[in-house]
Amino acid sequence: MGAFLRDEWWIMLLAAASLAPLVRRFAGEGFFPALRTLDRRWIFLLMFWSVLLPIYYIGLTGQTFPEVPSALSQATFDEIERLQEGDPILLSFDYDPASEGELGPMATAFVKHAAAKGLRMYFMALWPVGAQMIDDTIARVIHTDYPELVYGQDYVNLGFKSGNEGVIKVIVTNLRELYTTDVRGTAIRDIPMMEGITNIQQMRLVINVSAGYAGTKEWVQYAVTPFPDRIRLVAGSTGVQAPLLYPYIPGQLAGLLGAIKGAAEYEKLVVDAYGGPNPDPRYLEGLRRMGPQLVAHLLIITLIVVANVLYLADRRREMRR
Amino acid sequence: MSRDARLWTTLMILGALALLVRAAWTDQGMGREYVRASPAADGRITRYEPATFGDYQRSVAADPDQATVRVSVPRSVGLWLAAFFTLAVFSFLYKDNPFYKIAEAVLVGVSAAYWMVVGFWDVLVPNLFAKIFPGVVQGWAMPGLTGPEAERNLWYLVPLGLGVMLLWRLAPRGAWIARWPLAFIIGTTAGLRLAAFLHGDFLAQIRNTILPLVVLGADGTFNPGASVANILIVGSVLCCLAYFFFSFEHKGVVGGAARVGIWVLMITFGAGFGYTVMGRIALLAIRLEFLLDDWLWLIDPAGRRMATLAQGLLVNI
Repeated sequence: MGAFLRDEWWIMLLAAASLAPLVRRFAGEGFFPALRTLDRRWIFLLMFWSVLLPIYYIGLTGQTFPEVPSALSQATFDEIERLQEGDPILLSFDYDPASEGELGPMATAFVKHAAAKGLRMYFMALWPVGAQMIDDTIARVIHTDYPELVYGQDYVNLGFKSGNEGVIKVIVTNLRELYTTDVRGTAIRDIPMMEGITNIQQMRLVINVSAGYAGTKEWVQYAVTPFPDRIRLVAGSTGVQAPLLYPYIPGQLAGLLGAIKGAAEYEKLVVDAYGGPNPDPRYLEGLRRMGPQLVAHLLIITLIVVANVLYLADRRREMRR
Repeated sequence: MSRDARLWTTLMILGALALLVRAAWTDQGMGREYVRASPAADGRITRYEPATFGDYQRSVAADPDQATVRVSVPRSVGLWLAAFFTLAVFSFLYKDNPFYKIAEAVLVGVSAAYWMVVGFWDVLVPNLFAKIFPGVVQGWAMPGLTGPEAERNLWYLVPLGLGVMLLWRLAPRGAWIARWPLAFIIGTTAGLRLAAFLHGDFLAQIRNTILPLVVLGADGTFNPGASVANILIVGSVLCCLAYFFFSFEHKGVVGGAARVGIWVLMITFGAGFGYTVMGRIALLAIRLEFLLDDWLWLIDPAGRRMATLAQGLLVNI
């Protein structure tokens, strides 16, 4: 930290200079009076620095915070871990660039885990841009670290299909009704790994990375619920929808990664098992983003506590009058 | 000139100068995208794969005259546009301004165009035209459309007819015709969702709440942790149901349970808020990381450019 402060003094100076008027105001008016009339833009600025400075620090030093995997992340990891080499799995990437920051690290870790296990990966998307998210992840993981995997034999991108939950409803019983070609336009029957695959009940596991509708809730309703003994589902979801998915655990949802915290925990498990002694920084995205999370959360907690103290003090003063 | 205008002008001039200095007068510069060119399809066309500044440096070190890894002007322009629009959207946090308006208008326009293209190529072509005119579509848009899937299916004339009827509302007369396909859509969607919610949520959630309040382990010993967890789940569900049960006045036992139900709901909302905050901070972090890493080249967490940040330096605090 000392070396960082010495070498990167300019960014600390910039942060301090931008916040100097706020400090001057607090000093001049007093803490609570200044807080009562605080412009919300100062809070935006505080949030900006509390996220940017940890990113800058971690980006330069490469240091990350230690993560202890929760039971849900462990359950997700174990669901993939119990599979055997060559088992087919379906990966549905139902998200777009707007949630890439949260879900990208999960998608990367899922594919890394599946590739390291030697599973056959069938990619699909219920969101139009999901197909590009699949391509990105394949390029980031498979093309870079697993060039020996052959398209059509070890993995295939079936691409986007419109219809939301209607797609799930059809492919649980008849995959070929909707999918006649893959994303490259190759006929399904000409793809070696599609031989014998007629519906997704044949998949040993369904992995869903979801940013909303259509997503994990629809996979639970239309795939897992009608075929509870045949289809097992694990999911990675955005923070906004994660609390809505907890009621499905563990009966209908075997594992869940919630937001960037879930991604970081799962990354830790995958990297510990398959990352080797010097894990590639590409597989530590979620872990890196926990630094800004920590500082920003401390700021928000502080603001909530201070605002409540101020509110209670004001209320007490009103009651005395 | 107002105080705000002076502030913005000064900030922009300083920012532009800083960018200019960094881009032109530092060793590595900033904001460039690279591609690796390789011949494809018998050398008739060139394929461009994404590359990094590190790849470029290695290629130049191996062969100073190489042209395989090179700067991509279109991709670099895209990078600068992405940075501009990111900053333009952030500027709204200060106050509404023309840059934000531009970003907003571009987003709306691009999204509309994108959805039109997706609607045509990913919905109409494979799901309708390919079923009715498989030969034409196979020769024109989907060369992989062969075999039994390429057989003409005239049942798809029904959705084509319904689609035309739906668009009839745009005609000056006979807008009522659109009500029939609309009724079909509402009916099928309601039926599909009703069954799914009843089966997947209502019944399954009742089943998931029927839990043993005293949990015994495999060896028959009492498991206090799991027992407390199950009691909390069952008790919380009953209390929340009591809060939404309006046939009795909320007094006595029902009133007490309802008050506990309110607390349970508040805790649930708090957890939801916490998760939402985490998600939003993650989104802010990725945009700032983009600005610092991809655009300004101030950091290199993935080791794409700086040789000093190679693998193996990542350690836990």
